Amino acid sequence: METCAEDEVQVKLLGGSTSPFVLRVRIALALKGIDYDFIQENLQSKSELLQKSNPVHKKIPVLIDNGKPVCESMNIVQYIEEAWDNKAPNLIPKDPYERAIARFWAAFIDDKVGPCIRGVFRGHGDEKQKQVEESVANFLVLEEALRTNPCFSGKPYFGGDEIGFVDIALGGWLAFVKALEKGTDSVLIDAEKMPLLSAWTDRFCEADGVQEVMPDPVKLLEFICATRVKFASLAAAN
Amino acid sequence: MAVEDCEPKGQVKLLGTSQSPFVVRVRIALALKGIHYEYIEENLQNKSPLMLQSNPVHKKIPVLLHNGKPVCESMIIVQYIEETWSSKAPNLVPKDPYDRAIARFWVAFVDDKVGPCIRGIFMGRGDEQQKAVEELVANFLWLEEALRTSGKAYFGGDEIGLVDIALGSRSQWIKILEKVTNIVLIEPEKMPLLRAWMERFLEADGVKQVLPDEAKMLEFASAIRARFAAAPAGN
Repeated sequence: METCAEDEVQVKLLGGSTSPFVLRVRIALALKGIDYDFIQENLQSKSELLQKSNPVHKKIPVLIDNGKPVCESMNIVQYIEEAWDNKAPNLIPKDPYERAIARFWAAFIDDKVGPCIRGVFRGHGDEKQKQVEESVANFLVLEEALRTNPCFSGKPYFGGDEIGFVDIALGGWLAFVKALEKGTDSVLIDAEKMPLLSAWTDRFCEADGVQEVMPDPVKLLEFICATRVKFASLAAAN
Repeated sequence: MAVEDCEPKGQVKLLGTSQSPFVVRVRIALALKGIHYEYIEENLQNKSPLMLQSNPVHKKIPVLLHNGKPVCESMIIVQYIEETWSSKAPNLVPKDPYDRAIARFWVAFVDDKVGPCIRGIFMGRGDEQQKAVEELVANFLWLEEALRTSGKAYFGGDEIGLVDIALGSRSQWIKILEKVTNIVLIEPEKMPLLRAWMERFLEADGVKQVLPDEAKMLEFASAIRARFAAAPAGN
C-alpha cells in the first residue's frame, strides 16, 4: 500500500526554537526520516496559518500533513507513527498492554513532570524551591520505573532497544532542563541519586536523529535567563 | 482478519467508585464491547492493598486489571480495551490515523479544558465561578462546532466513540451542576447539537445501564458543595 506516494507527501511543522513540545515532534520526524518544511512562528505575532490550523489553542507545534493539521505534541508523535507505520523505527509498541504502559508514562510526563519544570522556570524564591523539590520527586519516580518496571528495566531506552514514545515525551524536555539547571543553579536530574535516568539522558542526547535537532544550549540558556528576569520584574510589580 | 477464536479470554477486574465519571468511562467501554468483568468498589478513605499495588504512582481509580496486569488512567484504559478486543464491534477508535488524531485532540480538550472548568464552577463562588462558567460555555461552543462539522449523531460518527465516552461520562455531572448552581451551561438555542447529543448519549444502550443513580449523585454533589460553602474561603 505504501509506495512512492509517500515521497510526494508534503509535511510542514509550525514551531519555535526553544519549545520542548516542538522538539518532540522534530525528534520523531528525524527518527522516521521524514522530510518537512519547518516554519518558525513568532508567538508575539501568530501567523494566519497557525491561527487557522490550531484555532482552538493557537499553540505550537502544529504538524500539517497534506494540508491537514494535527495539534498537541504527543498526539502528533502518535500520528507520525501511525501514518508512517511501515517506516522503522516503531515509536510505539505493538502490544496493547505495552502501549498502555507507554501512554501512562507519557501522561505522567505531561501531567506531572512538565508543569513542575515550568514552575521552576517561572518561579522565584520559596515557590521555585518547592517546584525544584517536586521535580526531583518526579524524576525519582522515573528512576524507579527504569529500575523496576519490567517493560523498561535492563534496557537502554523506555522504548526498549530503540527510542520510543516515553523517551520522546521526556527527551523533548532535556535540553530545556539542562539549561534551566544552569540558569537557576539547581539540580533536577541528580547523577548520584538517579544513575539510570542520568545515563539515559546522555544516551538520548547523543542518539542519531536527536543530536541533529537539539537546540543551541547557549541560546537556550540566554532565553531562559532573559525570560526569568522578565517574570521576576512582573512578579515584583504585582 | 482476526476471528473470534483469537479473542483474548481472561479475567477482567475493575477497581472503581460509584460516583466517579472516570470509572463510568471504563464501564461504558466494557459494556459496549460486551466484556464481562468483576467490579470492585473502592473506599478512597481506606484504599485497598490491591489498589495501592496496582496504581502505586497515583493511587487513583479507575484501574483495570486484565489477567492481573494493571492499566491506569481512564482514557488509556478505554484505548486498551479497544486495542485488546479490536475484533469486537463497535470500534471505539477510528481506523484512519488522521481521524484518530482528531479524536485524541478532542479527548485531551475534554480533560484539559472542560474538566477544570466543571470543577471551578462546582467549587467556586462569585466572580471565580462566573469566570469558570464563561470559559466552560466557550469550550462547549467549540464542541458544538465539532459536532456541526462532523454532521453525525456522535463525535465518533454513527456510533459512540472515544470523544463521546470522554465527554459523555461527564454529562450527568454537567446536568447536576446545572441543577445545584441554577445555571444553564448547555443552552439549547446556542448549542442545539450538543444538547441533543447529550440526551442521545445518556439514553444509549451500554450507557444508560452503567450510569450511577441520578438521585444519589445529586445528593452526593449537594453534600460536597455544602461542605465547600461552609468552609472558609481561600485555600
